Amino acid sequence: MSTFTVNGKSHKFDGDPETPLLWYLRDVAALTGTKFGCGQALCGACTIHVDGAAVRSCQTRVGDVEGAAIITIEGLSTDGMHPVQVAWRELNVAQCGYCQSGQIMQAVSLLKDTPKPTDADIDGAMSGNICRCGAYPRIRAAIKRAAGRT
Amino acid sequence: MPDTIISNSNAAHSRSGVFNLRRRATLLGLAAGTFVVATRLSSPAFAQEKNYGGDAMPGGLKDDPRVFLSIAENGTVTLLCNRAEMGQGIRTGWAMVVADELEADIGRLKVQQAPGDEARYGNQNTDGSRSMRHHFNPLRRIAAAARLMLEQEAAARWNVPVTEVKAANHEVVHAASGRRLAFGALAAGAAARPVPSQQMLVFKTPDRYRYIGRPEMQLVDNVDITTGAALYGIDARPEGLVYAVIARPPVFGGKVKSFDAAETMKVPGVLKVVSIDGPPIPSVFQPLGGIAVVAENTFAAIKGRSRLSIQWDDGPNGTYDSAAYRKTLEEAASAPGLVVRNDGDVDAALKGAAQRMEATYYLPHLAQAPMEPPTATAHVTADRAEVWTSVQAPEAVRTDLSKRFNLKLDQVVVHPLLLGGGFGRKSKPDFATEAAILSKAMEGRPVKLTFTREDDLQHSFFHTVSVERLEAGVDAAGKPVAWLHRTVAPTIFSTFAPDPGHEAPFELAMGAVDNPFAIPNFRVENPAAKAHTRIGWFRSVSNIPHAFAIQSFSAEMAAKLKRDPKDYLLELIGPDRLIDAGAMSDKWLYGEDPKLYPFDTGRLRRVVETAAKEAGWGRSLPAGHGLGIAAHRSFVSYAAVVVEATVNARGELAIPRVDIAFDCGAVVSPDRVRSQLEGAVVQGVSLATVGEISFKNGRPEQTNFDGYELTRIDAAPAEIRTHLVNTTSFDKPMGGVGEPGVPPVAPALANAIFAACGRRIRSLPIRNQLAPKT
Repeated sequence: MSTFTVNGKSHKFDGDPETPLLWYLRDVAALTGTKFGCGQALCGACTIHVDGAAVRSCQTRVGDVEGAAIITIEGLSTDGMHPVQVAWRELNVAQCGYCQSGQIMQAVSLLKDTPKPTDADIDGAMSGNICRCGAYPRIRAAIKRAAGRT
Repeated sequence: MPDTIISNSNAAHSRSGVFNLRRRATLLGLAAGTFVVATRLSSPAFAQEKNYGGDAMPGGLKDDPRVFLSIAENGTVTLLCNRAEMGQGIRTGWAMVVADELEADIGRLKVQQAPGDEARYGNQNTDGSRSMRHHFNPLRRIAAAARLMLEQEAAARWNVPVTEVKAANHEVVHAASGRRLAFGALAAGAAARPVPSQQMLVFKTPDRYRYIGRPEMQLVDNVDITTGAALYGIDARPEGLVYAVIARPPVFGGKVKSFDAAETMKVPGVLKVVSIDGPPIPSVFQPLGGIAVVAENTFAAIKGRSRLSIQWDDGPNGTYDSAAYRKTLEEAASAPGLVVRNDGDVDAALKGAAQRMEATYYLPHLAQAPMEPPTATAHVTADRAEVWTSVQAPEAVRTDLSKRFNLKLDQVVVHPLLLGGGFGRKSKPDFATEAAILSKAMEGRPVKLTFTREDDLQHSFFHTVSVERLEAGVDAAGKPVAWLHRTVAPTIFSTFAPDPGHEAPFELAMGAVDNPFAIPNFRVENPAAKAHTRIGWFRSVSNIPHAFAIQSFSAEMAAKLKRDPKDYLLELIGPDRLIDAGAMSDKWLYGEDPKLYPFDTGRLRRVVETAAKEAGWGRSLPAGHGLGIAAHRSFVSYAAVVVEATVNARGELAIPRVDIAFDCGAVVSPDRVRSQLEGAVVQGVSLATVGEISFKNGRPEQTNFDGYELTRIDAAPAEIRTHLVNTTSFDKPMGGVGEPGVPPVAPALANAIFAACGRRIRSLPIRNQLAPKT
């Protein structure tokens, strides 16, 4: 049995403790905003926040988050108005949009640690997140736009 | 399935679309007067239109406003989009066209995805960069008809002539009396009116567009995407859902010899193990067979699969080795092959040339690797199959499942959800059939089938592998007099029919034969090559190898002749002229009417000149920097790219800037066209620098994003500048957008690298080829 909170609500899971949070969130908790991309922490599509830190949910086991506070894209803001979400919309960052939950969660984490990131900071923090559509120029621009608003 | 392949290669098959459309047009016409219809049917323009473009696609084009539009009492307009949304922004583009022509407020327009049903909605196969170029006019007809019905309803209520009323911003206004009625108030009455004939429709002139062409339009799915609410195929969750993955034969054409699932069944949450038969080759869109594990969640299914013990029979492709195959292709390219275009006398001209040059290029297999891997959820019962999936071709799912389960077409319901990228992979719905087979095996429980990333990379419909050999002769002044292009690549057709061993007309007409260079002696040959894996469409398809070779070779010629590469490229293209597809032995032309879409070398020249000018061609650059240029027409649009590359002493490549100039004719959504071009540049850089699927013992050697690398933000061009040309030419036929940006990127990069450091890249990916030689 593992107990933790997701977006402020308490969750309990008594299944296989090896289950990655990704599949718990998607298949059990019905929070499908967190996406599957590679299952090996190589693409960042499944990025969530565990106790405030960006982690890959595909490599985070449910058995290891006892007592943790988990935030997914659905819980990033109550109204979709987090400055990073707003900047993403203002610049029409998304193409297919599939990786953007993970990109946004990673960018929020970057801006928390580094409120005014340089291009090198952005490269360092965001290069774990693949966008196959190639929206990188707008991801970079949206992070800069959101910087200072968070 | 032949329907779908042929729709991509040869318009002749899909005449049924013509008849459907004619019959319907007649029925509508009878309401409006048979005379008008007779005139229309006998018009040569009408007859011609039906053999090409969207009308020639299976299902054709539909434009009945009652099918696509509804308006609620509160004024909300709902538009059914029949094209798959995979990042190209078509849902937003459709909304812009319809809101504009309808005179609706786009803020009160919602876009819903149409279920799969080509008889009702027209062609839904979303590939070939066709969704706007084929549907712009039908969409305008839909919206203009609905607008007229609203105006007619208002005029009737006010008892005034319809010519005195006008729709504007979600209401109909009678200017003379100042009366106005909202669309919502008119909707029910308007819907009961007959649909006006096409001849009655009056279209807005482009100067009155208020959404079309505007750069600042928000994506219709922006809020859902940024809040995690957007539903992709992988997100379907019908009641009672169980989850599955499949262990497929690691070699294409292989089979399960024997298997033991005892350990799998011990994994908590595993419900069932199902053996799926493999198909004969050619396998078309059929699943590859294998052993499926169905479980209570995806992880349990993956874990259960890892405990399977399976002995495979690899079959005849078990020896496929891409390094050895490269040699086979190179040998084929060194000898004459099937002649597919022949102008003048190339052999004589080569003999008489003052100088001859020759180069051979290699491009490997690629996997589309959309971020959302192939996935589908199916619920199959005795008399119904329902599928939720992210698929480019929903009708292909319907026809496959109706055949497999002996159901009528209308018993197969396909709900297309958003695609987390497609790039051609999701044109082939093997994954939907797998989900349906498993739902049936689970006695009617809905099953979600997910490809893991390993599954995706190991069981793609791979982009072909190519060797392109080019030879040219120039006269004493450096003017090109002979051109010999040998293109060798296994064909996509091998996936659908016994392998013909030659590129299909639609592959050859992706840049190899439809080459406009002004060279009097011009031959294209296609030596034979056999496929040893499953080959399929990848964004831009054969344009990638053809453009890479032709545009690299053009720059190599310029270098040898000590000419400026941009100037020499323009000389090769020659003066402004219109070239008929037939004159280049182009038997495909993307399914379009040759009369409407001649190869316009003037447009190609303009994008070359625009890219060069915007990039500051000729500007002085720091040491180790270089500019490269390339241009290519594909999907009846014109693109040119200038890359600025730097190579440092350690051989590390960086791309400070890319300029791409693009002419697809009139532009509906400049923002989405630009985003497609930005993405095309990144995808072009990705395939040029790191993209490769290689085979050993019949198996792809890459299993995930550590082996199959994709360009990440730190290696992407620091700046991508997009330059749109001819964006308001609404009187001319439109070109494609999704694919044509990709082909010129890799050769422009290779040419920039040559300019930066003198190293010539003839083999992709570049990977560590720039490392200093020790």
